[in-house]
Amino acid sequence: MSTDKPEKAHRKIHINEVDACREYRFPSNYVSTTKYNLLTFLPKSLYEQFRRIANLYFTVVAALSCFEALSPVHWSSTIPPLVLVIGISITKEAYEDYKRYIADTEMNSSTVLVWRDGQYTDAQWQDIKVGENIKVMCGQFFPADILMLKSSDSEGICYVETMNLDGETNLKIKKALDHTSSWSDKDVSAVKGSIECEVPNNLIYNYTGNLYPGRESNKYPRSSFAHEPKSDINDDIAPIPLGPVQLLLRGASLRNTEFIIGCVIYSGHDTKVMMNATDPPSKRSAIEKGIDSIILCMFFLLFLMCIIGAAACAQWTQSRGPDMWYLIPEEPDTLEFAPDDAPLLALANIVTAFILYGYLIPISLYVSIEMVKVAQMVFINMDHKMYYAETDTPALARTSNLNEELGQVDCVLSDKTGTLTCNVMEFFKCSIAGVTYGTGCTEVERANARRAGKDLPPDPIPPHKTKGFNFHDDKLMDGNWRKEGHPDIIAHFFRLLAICHTIIPEGLPDSEDGVSYQAESPDELAFVMAAKQFGFYLTKRTATSVFVQEKNADGSTTETEYEILNILDFNSTRKRMSVIFRSPSGAITLYCKGADTVIYERLRTTGNLFKEVTYKHLEEYSLTGLRTLCLAATEIDPQEYAEWQVKWEEAKASLEDREGKVAAVSELIEKNMVLLGSTAIEDKLQNGVPECIELLGNAGIRLWVLTGDKQETAINIGFACSLLRNEMVQYIVNVDTPEVQAAEALGDKQAVESVTERCISQQLIDSLEDIHKNEAQGILVDNALIIDGRALSFALKDGICQHFLALGLRCGAVICCRVSPLQKAQVTNLVKESGNTTLAIGDGANDVGMIQMAHIGVGISGLEGRQAVMASDFAIAQFRFLERLLMDHGRWCYKRIGRMVAYFFYKNILFGLTLFWYNMFAFFSGQTIYNEYFMTTYNVFFVSLPILVVGIFDQDISPEFARRYPRIYQQGPQNVYFNFKVKMAWMLNGVYQSCIIASFVMGCLYLFSDRKSGKTVDLWSAGTAMYTCVVCAVNLNLALAINFWTIIHHLVIWGSILLWFLFLVVFGYFPHSWSTYVYKLFIEVVSTSPTYWLLVIVTIAVCLLPDLCFRVLQRQFFPEDHHIIQEIQAAHETAHTQIGSYRSGQEVEMGKAGKTGPIGTNPRTNTEALLPGGVPGSSPTSTTASTHARRAS
Amino acid sequence: MGDPPLKKEKEPSYSAFTQQQLPACKPLLTPIVVVIVFFTLGVVFIPIGAIALSASRSVVEVVKRYDDHPDCTRCLSAEGVIGECSSNSDRDESLYNTVNGTGYNCTIEIEIEDKMEKPVYMYYELNNFYQNHRRYVKSRSDEQLRGEDPSSSVIGEKCDPKKYQNEDNEEETDIINPCGLVAWSYFNDTYSATRTTTGGDASDVVIDETGIAWKSDVDDKFDDYKATNFNNIPEVRGGGEMGGDKTVNKDEHFIVWMRTATLPNFRKLWGKIDMDLEKGDKLTFVVSNRYNTYRFSGKKKIVLSTTTWLGGKNDFLGIAYLVVGAFCLSLGLVFLAIYLKNPRNLGDASHLSWEKAKRKNLG
Repeated sequence: MSTDKPEKAHRKIHINEVDACREYRFPSNYVSTTKYNLLTFLPKSLYEQFRRIANLYFTVVAALSCFEALSPVHWSSTIPPLVLVIGISITKEAYEDYKRYIADTEMNSSTVLVWRDGQYTDAQWQDIKVGENIKVMCGQFFPADILMLKSSDSEGICYVETMNLDGETNLKIKKALDHTSSWSDKDVSAVKGSIECEVPNNLIYNYTGNLYPGRESNKYPRSSFAHEPKSDINDDIAPIPLGPVQLLLRGASLRNTEFIIGCVIYSGHDTKVMMNATDPPSKRSAIEKGIDSIILCMFFLLFLMCIIGAAACAQWTQSRGPDMWYLIPEEPDTLEFAPDDAPLLALANIVTAFILYGYLIPISLYVSIEMVKVAQMVFINMDHKMYYAETDTPALARTSNLNEELGQVDCVLSDKTGTLTCNVMEFFKCSIAGVTYGTGCTEVERANARRAGKDLPPDPIPPHKTKGFNFHDDKLMDGNWRKEGHPDIIAHFFRLLAICHTIIPEGLPDSEDGVSYQAESPDELAFVMAAKQFGFYLTKRTATSVFVQEKNADGSTTETEYEILNILDFNSTRKRMSVIFRSPSGAITLYCKGADTVIYERLRTTGNLFKEVTYKHLEEYSLTGLRTLCLAATEIDPQEYAEWQVKWEEAKASLEDREGKVAAVSELIEKNMVLLGSTAIEDKLQNGVPECIELLGNAGIRLWVLTGDKQETAINIGFACSLLRNEMVQYIVNVDTPEVQAAEALGDKQAVESVTERCISQQLIDSLEDIHKNEAQGILVDNALIIDGRALSFALKDGICQHFLALGLRCGAVICCRVSPLQKAQVTNLVKESGNTTLAIGDGANDVGMIQMAHIGVGISGLEGRQAVMASDFAIAQFRFLERLLMDHGRWCYKRIGRMVAYFFYKNILFGLTLFWYNMFAFFSGQTIYNEYFMTTYNVFFVSLPILVVGIFDQDISPEFARRYPRIYQQGPQNVYFNFKVKMAWMLNGVYQSCIIASFVMGCLYLFSDRKSGKTVDLWSAGTAMYTCVVCAVNLNLALAINFWTIIHHLVIWGSILLWFLFLVVFGYFPHSWSTYVYKLFIEVVSTSPTYWLLVIVTIAVCLLPDLCFRVLQRQFFPEDHHIIQEIQAAHETAHTQIGSYRSGQEVEMGKAGKTGPIGTNPRTNTEALLPGGVPGSSPTSTTASTHARRAS
Repeated sequence: MGDPPLKKEKEPSYSAFTQQQLPACKPLLTPIVVVIVFFTLGVVFIPIGAIALSASRSVVEVVKRYDDHPDCTRCLSAEGVIGECSSNSDRDESLYNTVNGTGYNCTIEIEIEDKMEKPVYMYYELNNFYQNHRRYVKSRSDEQLRGEDPSSSVIGEKCDPKKYQNEDNEEETDIINPCGLVAWSYFNDTYSATRTTTGGDASDVVIDETGIAWKSDVDDKFDDYKATNFNNIPEVRGGGEMGGDKTVNKDEHFIVWMRTATLPNFRKLWGKIDMDLEKGDKLTFVVSNRYNTYRFSGKKKIVLSTTTWLGGKNDFLGIAYLVVGAFCLSLGLVFLAIYLKNPRNLGDASHLSWEKAKRKNLG
């Protein structure tokens, strides 16, 4: 296996032989997370900017405008806005990158002790090299991925915190190499040898390698300091297997351990944390994609205008130009005026027109949208209604790209555990030796009872209630279990709970706080807590043993040491976990806990008396929504164990497919087990989940729950969280059909496959037909689909998936049970491909695929690590916050952005077209009627702020009324605000208004004097009048469109118009060389003309009339949903102001409503009482009972 | 919830602003509001329209085209008068044949049809003259006009194609000042008039040609200097010279001309007649017909007009206000009728789209 050359699959490291390692060219430990450096910043960031087609376009325009002969406008009106727009974006990039650089520098120059020249010296992180030994002190971060050789602990154990890696806050235990852990510090530090291990990869939990003792290092010249007798590992020792338990990862920190010594294995960008650093997939919202199509449309219009203009210009110049002596046709200029060369003139004129009418394409749109979205993002992050005080977690928008997509969600795909539930496991029931214990009622049972019309009394609060333990049964408590039928089995059962896990106890049992537990899984924590309550108190874990204080019958305690021989880890394929231990008596026992299916397969065929009855209990438990595990044990013959141990070590040392081999070897010993019983753990629904789900349902959002639970559990949870309701027709698709069973009995695998496939397909089609039949008969019921993981694997196949999708989309609720992470992503993809906007929400690593696949990924920042959050676009602490995120933020953002984009194009069309209309009367020569400064500032000063404010603050209806009429959410998914009709209406409005403004101004101000003193109007004062009309119309049209006015709205809308006049006045006083035509134009010429003022007023009135009429007529005859709700809201608010008891509905907190309000109705019904009589909210759908009363303690 | 409250380090600051709960006014377009808005618009606009229209109607305006007047269309060959020119090209030709392009005088008679109270403004009007062509508008040097250092390199840089008096000889001494097409094509017809009352008394009409330009133009935009190389050479002359001792900022006709017009048809103020003109008065204008509009088939007109507070005779505003006002008023009536006859219950939840869909499905 060992070769001298570095192979692709392996890397070889010579400990303490930095020179020898050099030939492999390992990267230095300098880590840079910056995107750019000083040299590459400009080109790279510019390249990024110019990938946006609009920026490229504006650059072309700006470049063209530098040719004065060609350009109708001065470069000063095209280049500054472009520089500003690109500058803002680049500055943002630079700032962010600089922050990264500072963080990098800080990290790279932090110091660590390195073994050099026979002693430990401080060295900067960036200088340490692969193969060097380093010493990390308590609290320090590991500078690279390190193979731990020794720790200050005599057992070679150390604790690490991996918060930065996976977000888990519990300490993890790591163990130094057995062979070196007992050496002296000096010996360890000077050790020689080589390590062969995998090439760097991004698998945090995997590492395989072998340590070859010092022999090979002889080939390389030794450093002068080195050789001491013990510091070479003995040549005779076989390769020593290395595993993840010895690997300390960069990004983690050392805790509760004085120091560790280890060898650097992966450095710099090879470290696992860096290999994992990937940018989240960039997602774009539907509206953003829509912008592209409008821009294309605008381009078409632009080219059309250019061609019409150029053709007319060329034709006129050719026919009439020779006679226009005042333009000197004898001295033609091909770029402006060339009667004798019309084709060339036309070409040049196209370019001119292209620059002039370029205002059709809104340059500031992208940067404005970016600003608005960042502000929206801040609102999301600042939202108190999405702040979870219990864990001090605010909501986090990790990207600003998708804010508006939140308002268009068709389908929510949700994980169950940790997402709908708290992921706080409580030991609730158990079945031991065929007897079931535990008297509580689960939420599911209560929900079932409610459906049956009964109401269960709340459970008494168990006297032993602690975290993770919600068990109530006197038969087992206080040592009473000894009086039960099989006390020996019960003792085993409890001992198993106390021993069979990977929990690390911390602290002393006698101290005030007692022992605290560092658990990787909440289930295990619940077990250990339960064991403690039953009198099996786990107090201490060392490298080789666990210590349990066992309560004797007389109430005294004895501490027993169990020597842990092996831990056969849990993983998702094995679905079980075992420990092999030696009790003080010397007997070797295997304890195993795992899923019922895997445990039942491995039970001994005889002597398992409680198999059937336990199975019945298991079914009961899962029906009531509990998570079950089976516990089993077996004695192992020492001889047999010794033989097995050899194979185990071999498998553990293998470099290739170690996991597979270990699993196979484990299989050899996990057999012949005796069933002890089963545990039932309750994972409580999070606060407000049923209400939130019901609301989402009422909002017309489909909810698909993808869970690993069994079908029965899933269905029951479905009822508990209001996803399923009694009146729903359930379609259950699974593989438990007679045909499939018959085929399975025959044993032909292929036949089974094809039969199953046919069968699933048939079930889907039948269900679909059934729904169609019901609809045809006018039976309107909600449907629900429950599909099993195995069935799903067939349903996702080509040819069948359409049926599955069609059926799924017909159902108000879909539950997929026993799905794998991959299937979650596949289902998400299926729904996404069908054109539905999907939102995936989950909390665990198994949800990452689905979160990345969906249009929007939401991570629950909860207990199960941060991988889901890292992959997500939005992170919230509780499922119920989804309601606020979608119904308020999403809905608002969608409307805001939609309105904003449409408005942007409207205002630019309006502006661009006035120039075109004017040019019809200016020979299409490309003459502007506006001063260059007006043109430049149009998009920046006078019309941009109001729409930004609307984009950030606009609200159509209050959150309270959005709750009362949740269906209003459908305006997003149905794209009511940004569909073709809306966009068209805005654009036509722009075209109309441009016609009105151009014709009114030109019609009124062309010949006649506009004042008493008889002076006539010139080009620039007419332009000022026209521009005034444009600015006012554009701002007032926005004022017409909104019906939510805060002080900020007033400020910006009226302020923008005022600003324009202020600009005219102030700029008019600038020196003539600056202000050119604007010089005293307004003060002296424009404002003194009564015609100007009257003209502006009537023009604006005519501009706005159609829009006003349209709005009035629409409200009168075809009111949209939000119109009606606004009216209801207005009536409501007036009523409440009048009676003086106005209380903002926004103050009703969801959480509170969840606790005190009736379940199964609209969560807002408690505010309904405040309403003036007779305004119907959505009517209550079922009777009420407080699920949460029990928890309200 | 027995746990002590956690440290709330990350708790977002709470304010009406951050929670999007700023007090807001939420105006609604209810039928009443709409009717009121339209009625108000109507009630305000119609009187304005009436006033504006009556102001415009009270203006007396006389327009007389003279470029096609027989007296102004005499054909001149190099040798002398040979009769009346019938085509524009002949007229164009004949204008060139006048001595150094100085044109010839023609006499136009205008009869005053309505009493014109002083001051009466006199304009010349040009048609089909693209003073707003980009090449034309651009071709000027504001620096030069402002009187900046004539040796500065920016001087005249925008004046193409009329920067040098002689294009073949691009020397600094040859730079036209003021340069550019606008200045070069300076309108140079001149007018003088005599008035003959119905009683037959004839008297000279004093046309006050001062105060026709904007003060800021005279003070700041045009400097006190004499034109050089300006339309001196007849062969390359465009429009008028700036004669005599008059400096640029004293030549108000020039300053008016330099403010380019919006559209190809435009009027520019020529002067002010500070006397009342009675009905039946005959004004006899002696026009020195020099400016060539024949070549591009343009028209030249003399306009006499009184003004009101609103300016000249322009019905546009009055009619616009009347029409818009009437339209609003009738819209107001229509909406009132709709509201009275077919009132929509405000905030009727049964009109919500999903409620309708439900009813439709049930029915």
